[in-house]
Amino acid sequence: MFAFAYHRPSELADALAALAASEEAKPLAGGQTLIPTLKQRLASPSDLVDLSGVTALKGITLHDDALVIGAMARHVEVATSPVVVAHLPALAALAGLIGDPAVRNRGTLGGSIANNDPSADYPAACLALAATIVTDRRELLAAAFFTGLFETALQPGEIVTAVRFPLGGEGTYEKYPNPASRYAMAGVFVWRGGDEIRVAVTGASQGGVFRWAEAEAALAAEFSPAALDGLKPEADDMIADIHGSGAYRAQLVAVMARRAVARLAAAR
Amino acid sequence: MRDVTLTINGAPVSVAVDERTLLVQLIRDDLRLTGTHVGCDTSQCGACNVLVDGEAVKACAVLAMQAEGAEVVTVEGLAAGETLHPMQAAFREHHGLQCGFCTPGMIVAGIDMVRRLGPQLDAATVRAELEGNLCRCTGYHNIVKAIQAGALAMAGAVPGSGAVPVAAE
Ligand SMILES: Cc1cc2nc3c(=O)[nH]c(=O)nc-3n(C[C@H](O)[C@H](O)[C@H](O)COP(=O)(O)OP(=O)(O)OC[C@H]3O[C@@H](n4cnc5c(N)ncnc54)[C@H](O)[C@@H]3O)c2cc1C
Ligand code: FES
Ligand code: FES
Repeated sequence: MFAFAYHRPSELADALAALAASEEAKPLAGGQTLIPTLKQRLASPSDLVDLSGVTALKGITLHDDALVIGAMARHVEVATSPVVVAHLPALAALAGLIGDPAVRNRGTLGGSIANNDPSADYPAACLALAATIVTDRRELLAAAFFTGLFETALQPGEIVTAVRFPLGGEGTYEKYPNPASRYAMAGVFVWRGGDEIRVAVTGASQGGVFRWAEAEAALAAEFSPAALDGLKPEADDMIADIHGSGAYRAQLVAVMARRAVARLAAAR
Repeated sequence: MRDVTLTINGAPVSVAVDERTLLVQLIRDDLRLTGTHVGCDTSQCGACNVLVDGEAVKACAVLAMQAEGAEVVTVEGLAAGETLHPMQAAFREHHGLQCGFCTPGMIVAGIDMVRRLGPQLDAATVRAELEGNLCRCTGYHNIVKAIQAGALAMAGAVPGSGAVPVAAE
């Protein structure tokens, strides 16, 4: 690791001030991605601002039309929170599929979406549920927040404070985990509310998480796994690496999507 | 250098560390508690698992500074004098180890499972829960048995009393 100064403020204003004080300062959440990155010397922040002491970033609150989850909510908390389980069961189930128990004991919602790993799970939920990402200075729809591979709309010094997930409709998430890392090789979140259908795909695309418009159109015509027969995302757009070719990932996306639709259709 | 103050196996300690020090380095190099192992140093193997405020975490992916004020328990802190913790005793009883390198992390993972899920753990649950713990020797079978038995023993239940089958397959 390169040297850095470590801060653990307890007020949001102090955290923001510490981040504003240096262009090279970085927030530290669960550290499950950032600390390995520092160990590999792939980042050299001047300052680490540990957000774990900031109470304002924690907690899960139920509103009439939305569930608001603090950026520092850990995966284990989202997976087991009774309000999340009751109101957004697919989101709780998704959080319970992230990594392993020790990773879920530390990793956070805010850290995951700020990192926007193309194989991360939460970005699929945020897109499919049309979540709003709340930062210290503005609110952004998930579609505007995730801008590409490991890229988000966050500006220097800006932090995610919470994510607002609208309630209503029904959703489910199907994930094919990489057998070694548990990250998604393909993860498909399908949501349906009235006539509206959203299909968000993570793990597979070179551009990071995306809405699969062809599948959404096919499902709007007929909500059944058979409606997706023959549909696959473009293999050339998929990630091709030692874990699988683009064609393999495109096939996985199609299979995960059909399974998710079958599960939702059966639940009705 | 910064001072980090925490409780380790019940004893308060204060150590001057470089900010970059990992919790596992503080434990092994500064405090000389070498029961906690470093298998991969890349968050995969769980050999470095310790309990921080009761929860299993990978100490190779936590800064010592992040444990400021925390209660840290390592494998050395589990036994009560000469009496092994029930989870440790179960690993011995069920031959849950061969070389023993993964064992401290496995035991910590097992204790964390019981905290979150209770003492009635079926084999499939234990296997899924061991996602982040790698063993190069045992083939996991006896580790699963040991954790199931240790879980029951932690709750004061008697293994083999018929509460759950200890060896499901
Ligand atoms: C073994 C292993 C398996 C994993 N498996 C999965 C998996 O299956 N699925 C999955 O989705 N993820 C997986 N992860 C990643 C895990 O979910 C991480 O916890 C997550 O990606 C990062 O969250 P964190 O809280 O640890 O963030 P950190 O590592 O602390 O931070 C990550 C990045 O986000 C920034 N950041 C953190 N919080 C904020 C904030 N509030 N506002 C702005 N920026 C912020 C940091 O500066 C840093 O750049 C895995 C990780 C490991 C080690
Ligand atoms: S040494 Fe920490 S997970 Fe392997
Ligand atoms: S007993 Fe040797 S690594 Fe598990």
